Amino acid sequence: MAINKILPLKFSPMHRLQWEEAQQKEVILYPEGMVELNQPSAEILKLCDGIRVLGDIVETLEAKFATTGLEKDIVNFLEDALKNGWIQQN
Amino acid sequence: MAGSSKIKITPPRWLLAELTYACPLQCPYCANPLDYQRHSKELSTEDWKRVLTQARKMGAVQLGLSGGEPLVRKDLEEIVQHARALGYYTNLITSAYGMDEARIIALKEAGLDHIQVSIQASSRELSDYLAGTKSFEHKKQVARWVKKQGYPMVLCVVIHRENIDEMPQILAMAEELDADYLELANTQYYGWAHANRDLLLPTQAQFTKAEKIAQAFKEKVEGKMKIYYVVPDFYEDRPKACMNGWGTTFLTIAPDGVALPCHSARELPELNCPNVNEFSIEEIWHHSKAFNFFRGDQWMQEPCRSCDEKEKDFGGCRCQAYLLQGDMYAADPVCSKSPQHHLIQEAIDSAAKHDNTQNEQPLIFRNSKNSRLY
Repeated sequence: MAINKILPLKFSPMHRLQWEEAQQKEVILYPEGMVELNQPSAEILKLCDGIRVLGDIVETLEAKFATTGLEKDIVNFLEDALKNGWIQQN
Repeated sequence: MAGSSKIKITPPRWLLAELTYACPLQCPYCANPLDYQRHSKELSTEDWKRVLTQARKMGAVQLGLSGGEPLVRKDLEEIVQHARALGYYTNLITSAYGMDEARIIALKEAGLDHIQVSIQASSRELSDYLAGTKSFEHKKQVARWVKKQGYPMVLCVVIHRENIDEMPQILAMAEELDADYLELANTQYYGWAHANRDLLLPTQAQFTKAEKIAQAFKEKVEGKMKIYYVVPDFYEDRPKACMNGWGTTFLTIAPDGVALPCHSARELPELNCPNVNEFSIEEIWHHSKAFNFFRGDQWMQEPCRSCDEKEKDFGGCRCQAYLLQGDMYAADPVCSKSPQHHLIQEAIDSAAKHDNTQNEQPLIFRNSKNSRLY
């Protein structure tokens, strides 16, 4: 599924994103399941606040990590996240 | 103890809290023990809170509130509130019987994350017959309320010979109710389902047809509804990786406080499963005889011991090995490498000889009267 660049990205209210102390990881929780996230994935999802669009997320993360050229990786991850129902665009 | 002390013990992730064995329904495939009437003493609210706190501290994060029927517990909201405060993802696994919209709202306010509603079949007549209770229309109403209140709604249908040919209608019902997840759980033959196996086990042709229909549906609804398909292991040639390995991930606490490595483990001899009234979850998970019994692979016999797939399926299910051949150390007879694999074909043949319409041997419904016979 393709990411629409104009529409805001929102973390799904049907899932929960949470820090797990025992695993020292951010995880996504949903009915009868859990996905462990690496740090970059968790950083992206935390910015899916229902206000930011793709460009804002790229800009924020590139500023935070003082780098450029993150857009392709971020889009790839967000496409997966959309397919898995972790985020919404509408 | 059969397990070795050198095995690395991983923390529990999944806690199944069976809050009560009481249930207004009488499903003949219930996973509760046949003799549940003997274990009618229940943990108090404070006991459950202590158990939840201790397990969470060790790393448990998914919490299933089940039974029996968990709605029977008047302290359900209080338990949910405690669980949410600890950071559990809380799943209510219910028949929906006795639920109303006010309680769905109260549970949401307490912090419940999702509700799984079970429906027995796609028609009122069959669903009410299997449940032993007039409940079909109400269950559908509860499913709609669950959606309305903003929960992810999981619809669970247990599949067996009586309803497997209704697969298209079951899928249509899931669509009509707008389920977010559909669990199609082929019956696993433990507890009451084991006692009724001759009348519940479908034929291979029925399985194959139903699976094909479910698979096509899964593709059709991708992105809208997720399908959890619990495979019928009697028609597989390798066993399931039961519980993701003994004492690695899952912890079940029975209504009376007995801690079980899987919800059927009560049926196994020699385990002396510990009670949370006597030990902490930490002590139970790390040091009890029961939880160490089948950890690792030192307990295995041939053909498992030298099998190159033992890391994948851990020799299959201990309870199934015990129920079908009386030896809990043996390979799960579902495995085609098991010298006792013929028992599976014999079970299939035996079931095929029984004709439900003739009523020669009625289903044994799960109720207190029948439980006292065991």
